[in-house]
Amino acid sequence: MISLRGIAVTYPGPPPVHALRSVDLDLDSGQHVAIVGPSGSGKSTLLNVLGLLDRPTAGVYQIDGTDVSRLPESDRTGIRGSRIGFVFQAFHLMPYRTAWENVAVAQLYRGVPARARRAAAAAALDLVGLSHRRDALPTTLSGGERQRVAIARALVNRPALMLCDEPTGNLDSANAAAVLDLLDGLRSEGLTIVVITHDAVVAARAQRTLAIHDGVLSEAVSHG
Amino acid sequence: MADPVVRSRLRAVDLFAEATAGVVQRPGRSALTVLGTVLGIGAFVAILGLTSTAGGQIDRRFTTLSATEVTVTDVGVPASPDDTASSFPANAAERVRALNGVVNAGVWWPVPVRQPRITAAPPAAADSLAQTSGLSFHAADPGALEAMHPVVTSGRLFDDFHASRGEHVAVLGAAAAARLGVTRLDAAPAVFVEGLSYTVIGVFDDIQRHPELLLSVIVPTSTALTDYGPPLDPRASMLIETRVGAADLIAKQAPLALRPDAPGRFKISAPADPRTLRGDIAGDLNVLFLLLAAISLVIGAVGIANTTLVAVLERSGEIGLRRSLGARRRHVAAQFLTESTALGTLGGLMGTSIGVAVVVSVALSHQWTAVLNPWTALPAPLVGSAVGLLAGLYPALRASWIEPVEALRR
Repeated sequence: MISLRGIAVTYPGPPPVHALRSVDLDLDSGQHVAIVGPSGSGKSTLLNVLGLLDRPTAGVYQIDGTDVSRLPESDRTGIRGSRIGFVFQAFHLMPYRTAWENVAVAQLYRGVPARARRAAAAAALDLVGLSHRRDALPTTLSGGERQRVAIARALVNRPALMLCDEPTGNLDSANAAAVLDLLDGLRSEGLTIVVITHDAVVAARAQRTLAIHDGVLSEAVSHG
Repeated sequence: MADPVVRSRLRAVDLFAEATAGVVQRPGRSALTVLGTVLGIGAFVAILGLTSTAGGQIDRRFTTLSATEVTVTDVGVPASPDDTASSFPANAAERVRALNGVVNAGVWWPVPVRQPRITAAPPAAADSLAQTSGLSFHAADPGALEAMHPVVTSGRLFDDFHASRGEHVAVLGAAAAARLGVTRLDAAPAVFVEGLSYTVIGVFDDIQRHPELLLSVIVPTSTALTDYGPPLDPRASMLIETRVGAADLIAKQAPLALRPDAPGRFKISAPADPRTLRGDIAGDLNVLFLLLAAISLVIGAVGIANTTLVAVLERSGEIGLRRSLGARRRHVAAQFLTESTALGTLGGLMGTSIGVAVVVSVALSHQWTAVLNPWTALPAPLVGSAVGLLAGLYPALRASWIEPVEALRR
């Protein structure tokens, strides 16, 4: 479903930085993959490439058979909005907008009418167990609740791939466990999840762990 | 088989809703941001409105009375002050009335009696009678009286017949009549001036020109000449009522018509051209204040640009998020441009309202008619929109340059 062949990212120097060196990766539907590695190893670059936020300098990146690494920017933006969901460590919720508005903004750029956006946002908040906080402002939500709103936002377009960058980095262990349980549930419904993390507990939840070092990706331990 | 790629799009109604949310979510900041635009637009509307309101007052006064009034004053021969003979010929009114464009014309003067004793009874009986000081005594041609447009409440004005016979008749202003105790004319009451009696044939209670005559006893010029001699100081003057637009022409022709041999014996006061007068006022007010308004408008634009730019930097995380959610650069630019335009429009609307309120209240306090040109008041909010649009160009461009990867790294 998702396949990377010989993906490389080089930032022009001097001296040139090889952030990724010939990465090959295949992800099937419903897989939960953790990518671990020290800072500066190329984790974020890989996530940006997977999320179409960055363009590889070499290689082929296919989503459902389409080579998205060569598409024009406007097409990549459209795919990013419709096929990929992001969950960030810093949540990135709009502080002056309610929970449902923060979720509904994900469908804004797909031309979905407001009424349908509202209904979809309500359903997504339901899914993450926050239907009672629909009209709350992010500032009144706990950290765990905020991350669940962000996950609802990533889910509302029913993406093929969900990319999580340290999703529990700002959460205490209880909230982190709740968020990880939520991700497990989503994975069992067929969503492909890629989590970038430092945290061994988070990595242990994944079926598959990949380690990245100096831009080189390698299979770590398999959890089965 | 590849999925057809769905391109991102942003519906206009959603764009507007997002921009409105951006304005409304920080109401205090938005209010401060639009302050400069409010002041600029408000000043523009107020200045233009006050100018046209003041101009309207000038117009009204000119078209009703002054524009149709020409006064010819006898100045004699300045070189020989002893020559006290009247410069007006006996048939002055007739000569001027022959000019095309003259409606009424006539000579009038204060009768040369120092502090005239005016009473309602013969002088022998009058010593102890009504207080009559403060009344004045004038001589006037029937034409001069007509030109003043008195509103006669009882009786009538004297006419050419009375004038030609030198009749001892008088017309009283309402205030003079009240002081003299003249209430009814059916018994043909008389007033006595320095012992000479004049039959009161009319009383007027309002007069459009020379309202001081309400306190006056007015007799025909021929009668005054016979009884008291020619006018001395001040000398006689002639009041000419012209048709609208004829005043300038009559002002040039009158001296020649009166004294072709010595037109220099007269001083003419014709109405100023209302257009030049209005131009002066517009010139004085407009240039200075419109400059100030323009400056505050520029400050307003800078204010909006500044706040929008700060908002862009402050919300770079939000911009990155929107880009990650499928927003294209143009969507981000459009959102911030719409936000700044909405701010400008808001400022324009508020400024226009305040400007109109200022014009109306100033007009009310002066009992003027507020005059607002719709072509200044109606497009004013649009000027605010244009200010907002211009001010938003650079911040919107900056917003569209923001790379999602950078913005999301915080």
